[in-house]
Amino acid sequence: MLKSSANSFVEFWLPVFIIVGFLCVAPQIVSAYRLELLTIFLINVILAQSYRLMTTTGDWTLCHYILMGVGAYATGILAKKFGVPFYAAMPLAAMITVGVSLLFAVPLSRTIGFAFFIASFALGEFVRHVWLKFHNPFGGARGVNGIPKLEIGQSGDWYFVDFWDSTNFYFFTLIFTVLVLVILYRIDRSRIGNAWKAIYADSELCESIGINVTRARVMVFCVAGFFAGIAGSLMAYLIGSIDPHNFEMVEMVYLIIWVVVGGVKTFWGPLIGVISMSLVFELSRPLEEWRPLLFGLILIVFLVYLPGGLETLIPRIKLFFVELFAKKEAS
Amino acid sequence: MGLETFIQSFANALVLGSIYAMVAVGLALAFGVMQMANFAHGELFMAGAYVVYVLYSLAGLPFFIAVIAAFPIVALLGVLLERAIFRPTRGNVLAGFMATAGASFIFQVLVGQQWGVGLMRSVPVPYKGSAEILGAAVSWQRLAIIPATIIMVGGLWFFLKKIKAGKALRACAQDTEAAVLQGISINKMTMLAMFLSGGFAGVGGALMAPIIPVTPYMGHVYAITAFIVVIVGGMASIEGAVLAAFILGFIHTFVSTMYDSVTATMVGVLFMAIVLIVKPTGLLGNVKV
Repeated sequence: MLKSSANSFVEFWLPVFIIVGFLCVAPQIVSAYRLELLTIFLINVILAQSYRLMTTTGDWTLCHYILMGVGAYATGILAKKFGVPFYAAMPLAAMITVGVSLLFAVPLSRTIGFAFFIASFALGEFVRHVWLKFHNPFGGARGVNGIPKLEIGQSGDWYFVDFWDSTNFYFFTLIFTVLVLVILYRIDRSRIGNAWKAIYADSELCESIGINVTRARVMVFCVAGFFAGIAGSLMAYLIGSIDPHNFEMVEMVYLIIWVVVGGVKTFWGPLIGVISMSLVFELSRPLEEWRPLLFGLILIVFLVYLPGGLETLIPRIKLFFVELFAKKEAS
Repeated sequence: MGLETFIQSFANALVLGSIYAMVAVGLALAFGVMQMANFAHGELFMAGAYVVYVLYSLAGLPFFIAVIAAFPIVALLGVLLERAIFRPTRGNVLAGFMATAGASFIFQVLVGQQWGVGLMRSVPVPYKGSAEILGAAVSWQRLAIIPATIIMVGGLWFFLKKIKAGKALRACAQDTEAAVLQGISINKMTMLAMFLSGGFAGVGGALMAPIIPVTPYMGHVYAITAFIVVIVGGMASIEGAVLAAFILGFIHTFVSTMYDSVTATMVGVLFMAIVLIVKPTGLLGNVKV
């Protein structure tokens, strides 16, 4: 890292402070409905960012939404049927998701590229059909309803937090999102994060210098699954009821749209993607039945004309002007 | 399971396997040439069904003509996908695949806006009555799919083995660079592959239109199954696709008869997972993708 500290302040800390600062005061300025949208947005950020971690090895999956669903179902069942409090249910749900990811990873690690993509989708559908088929404990097509709210303390305790107030749940989600993003950022910059990126660049070279590629790919799948499970857990507590239709293919395509629009090469890409696409989603509310067409067009335009996503837009514009000036000087 | 049920299921499995074969062959063909993975294949299937709905139910043309017309109409949609999506993203399988996911959204919305989303479009059954085979009744409409598939897939086999353009297509699938050196145009071959691929999906949808509900989202299930079929058979292997289509057809029909359709889908997916673990190249494939 040869960057000066002033530069990294402007490029890194300033946007972080502005965004987190806005999110902290947001409950005071937006309506209750918007606040719920913001909460969902934060959960989506966790989801998109964990998906980006998955793609650093070059393995795009189509079952990330299902992994989130596993976390949500695990939370719902633990909280409703067994009365497990949230501080036990959330880690347990995340660990169950890791277990399911591990099971997925066994056949998936034998495939790469496109077959990986399709096979992950088929395995995800398998899990979704398990939810549909078994009424006990998954509730079949109706899903799990009436998941109890979060509870911190009893009414009257000095540390009591009332989660019937959506502002409190919003802050709860915000804390989790910031925490998850910090952890994911550290993972991304760590030695193992670099190893995953190296696998994407050249997996054979990685094997030759002693990286166990299969193990690393299984590992990244499980780590991404863990955070998807956390996102699902938060989602279950937020909505209070989940059913298999929440985790259909269409939702997965929207997740891919966020990531494709933002880009996956830098840590900021998925954030840009989720922010911009959430805005487009909200703004296109009057055109509800045309919305899939709009998003389909966005997806095609980005994949065909702007592969790499919005994160590459500024470097591209820079390059364009540099080339323009170079041409002028030459002529 | 009695003999009647068995024969009934056996015939249904053959019909289902034929339709899977028809849809999956197109997918394998397009994947073989320049790795075009078409997510919108199910929407091409849906488009074929809507061609029958418009030409046969609304315009009153004979069913036979409507099915034949579905081939060129949907094949042109396939060519459109090739020009708009696969050609710019050539060399990147995932980008093409995800971009066609966007295209499938577009097709669904356009068809839904034109002919309605919620209401089921019912296509009257043209071949009424059913055949009696050893006490089991199978409708003519379903049985007609089997000869149609034999003609279509046989025609494709003849085209690929005997006709010059078909040989060029196979050459392109085997080794693109060598094919280019022989003077074969890649752009023409990808267009031809998507033309055939779209046409097969279209005819598949057209034949199924009187049997299943015609909605903008009807292709989804068939596309998923076709992808499972293609993976089990070995991507890019047409023989593998046909074989796997009939295996999947039998699995789905017999498990549905004995348990229920959700279990059938689960068993099909599990079968695919086992094939991937034991032989990642697929049953008859030799390329790991």
